[in-house]
Amino acid sequence: MAKKPVQFRLNGDEKAAFVDDGQNLLDVLRRGVGDLTPKYGCGQGTCGTCTVLIDGEPRLSCLTLAETVDGHAVTTVAGLADGATLHPLQDAFMCHFAAQCGYCTPGMLIAAKALLDRNPRPTREDVVEAISGNICRCTGYEAIINAILDAANAASGSSYARG
Amino acid sequence: MPVRVETYAGLDEAAGALAANSAARFFAGGTLLMRAINEANPSFDTLIRATDPALKEIRLEGDAIVVGAACTMNEIMAHRELAFLAPVARGIGGPAVRSAATIGGNLFAWSPFGEMTTALLALGATIRFAGHGGQVAIDEFLSNRDRYRGQIVRSVSVPRISDPSAFRFLKVTRVKPKGAALISIAVRIGRPGSGETRIAFNNMNPVPTRALAAEQALQGGSLDEASVSRAASLATDGMNPPTDALASDWYRREVAPVHLKRVLLGRT
Repeated sequence: MAKKPVQFRLNGDEKAAFVDDGQNLLDVLRRGVGDLTPKYGCGQGTCGTCTVLIDGEPRLSCLTLAETVDGHAVTTVAGLADGATLHPLQDAFMCHFAAQCGYCTPGMLIAAKALLDRNPRPTREDVVEAISGNICRCTGYEAIINAILDAANAASGSSYARG
Repeated sequence: MPVRVETYAGLDEAAGALAANSAARFFAGGTLLMRAINEANPSFDTLIRATDPALKEIRLEGDAIVVGAACTMNEIMAHRELAFLAPVARGIGGPAVRSAATIGGNLFAWSPFGEMTTALLALGATIRFAGHGGQVAIDEFLSNRDRYRGQIVRSVSVPRISDPSAFRFLKVTRVKPKGAALISIAVRIGRPGSGETRIAFNNMNPVPTRALAAEQALQGGSLDEASVSRAASLATDGMNPPTDALASDWYRREVAPVHLKRVLLGRT
């Protein structure tokens, strides 16, 4: 079966890959261009650990047909930090010990970024809603919710916006 | 499983390609079909896509709102004229699912999914097909859904609801704030004395189904305690709920009348 060429912008860098018919974006990110930060969880759209941003919208990369990102911008958790400087959300996750096994963390961070990009002053209810598609089996969510709220409180609009 | 993907600019071309291949499925948001691919589901070998902008339009047409089949739950939530459907869309998956899941795809969702379709059934929507497929009432569509898999849904025509209290929706889940529905209920309240009240359940039959006996009990009457109790007692007539990991058929039969009564009395 013929492969299709796909070009997209990944965390600010131009990427090109040949994708198979029916191949999902997660597979292309992990095996095609070597970004191992989005994780494969359920493959059913239930756990959220493969969440990425496509043109700023949260999407499940395991359920995204790879060829549909041609010409679009993809952001993974690898694109959050500015060099050695962590993104405010990453700082807050560390401060609040919001990761244990860490498997859900990439999806949680991206879901949180999608929320704060749209709503820099979320309520607790907003945060719960924003991560409602992401499953964590370790922390019980409280530390994650507190970290996201703390990142929103600590980072006023301009400093948060650097992510 | 190798899958072939064919992309067409025009809906009519895509409709022709889909009609010509019984092992093809039309691909919209991907939340159901990519899942099937990830699970190596062998029931199809071709995905047909269309990039036609008609699939994305939302426009007013008389007393109805025409919603393109590829409009996502997020796009429905963001549209002012569709505010009455926002609670339904918001109840579907998390934000990342709602960025991809479409109104057209939801029409083919299997149990326990299909909340939007349940709402559309209560509202009395009309399904329009691409090519020469014409249009059908959603009642007819759902009673023969497999027959329509070879056609592309172009749009869904939804009656406008000006009075927000005339449409009610409840998704019953065990996991809050999100989780697959045990059942969901959508009700369009008819005008007192004249209008037809439509009640639709999801997960009480293999496809979303109207509770016709309960509807009959409410015709022409007001939503007082006695008439609502009478309707609730008839809620499960003709229903054959599934037993699955979420609930048994017995449990669904027990709770459906209780939740319907709460919805009709505005006590959710």
